[in-house]
Amino acid sequence: MSSEQTTPTPELVDPRGPRFGAAITSVVLALAIILGPGWGLPLLILQTVAFAAGALLGLSYQPYSWLYRRTLRPRLASPTELEDARPPRFAQAVGLVFALVALAGVLVSLPTLFYLAAGLALVAAALNAVFNYCLGCELYLLGKRLGTRPARTVANG
Amino acid sequence: MTGVWIVLGALVLALAFGGYRQLGDGRAKVERTGRQSHLDAARLGDELGEQATFVQFSAVVCAPCRTTHRLLSEVAAEEPGLAHIDINAETRLDLVDEFGITRTPTVLLLDSGGVVRHRIVGAARKSEVLGALQQLVSRPAA
Repeated sequence: MSSEQTTPTPELVDPRGPRFGAAITSVVLALAIILGPGWGLPLLILQTVAFAAGALLGLSYQPYSWLYRRTLRPRLASPTELEDARPPRFAQAVGLVFALVALAGVLVSLPTLFYLAAGLALVAAALNAVFNYCLGCELYLLGKRLGTRPARTVANG
Repeated sequence: MTGVWIVLGALVLALAFGGYRQLGDGRAKVERTGRQSHLDAARLGDELGEQATFVQFSAVVCAPCRTTHRLLSEVAAEEPGLAHIDINAETRLDLVDEFGITRTPTVLLLDSGGVVRHRIVGAARKSEVLGALQQLVSRPAA
């Protein structure tokens, strides 16, 4: 016997697409950080636009996902299973927030903010690429808990 | 030069954290006796299994929740007396708080009396699920 209280999935994606995207994201962010807030800015803007497209328009508009579908997927075997598009899309939204903070760091000439936000985005992207682990998704539940009960101390556990 | 160090630091952090999670995730941990608490059909909104019940906490934005859901449904279908209840954690923040659920998927394994005996955080592994189950069925709750 099994019961499910979650709603059925509207949009499905090949799970290898987001992971491929996370690998590209890691490289772009790493290069942007190495080049620094000045020379790295175009790359940071590129990444911000990519995150924004994935988060706001959907994964099919995410440029790296598009690249995956156009170049890699035709050469690969069809995926063993499809995945709900909502988790990877949520991850794009979390990435977008970090990228925007990093951009703000450049705009207000706070290199520390740029490095910190871009560095955290890189940690999340690398975790996704290497371990298929979604840090943003984990923060989701914590955010919900904090959002509902702001004054409550978190139980030990 | 700063950027290179930040990138290296970020990658080391990601590998360490990911590796640590990889080791511990999906393992069934015995719930400490002092912390064992109890759930019933009324609070869960679903019948408990006669032998044992998997109470899974999931989220819409969680991909490993789906694999865990499939695994537990399979196990529950194979053996009689087992129930699998999948809860959308967002809708039951009361239980999330009470049982200290920090991330999804988290699975609580209840014995026939509804007492939480094991806890699996992260994508559940089949061997761990079966191992925990065996302990419950061979050593029923007092």
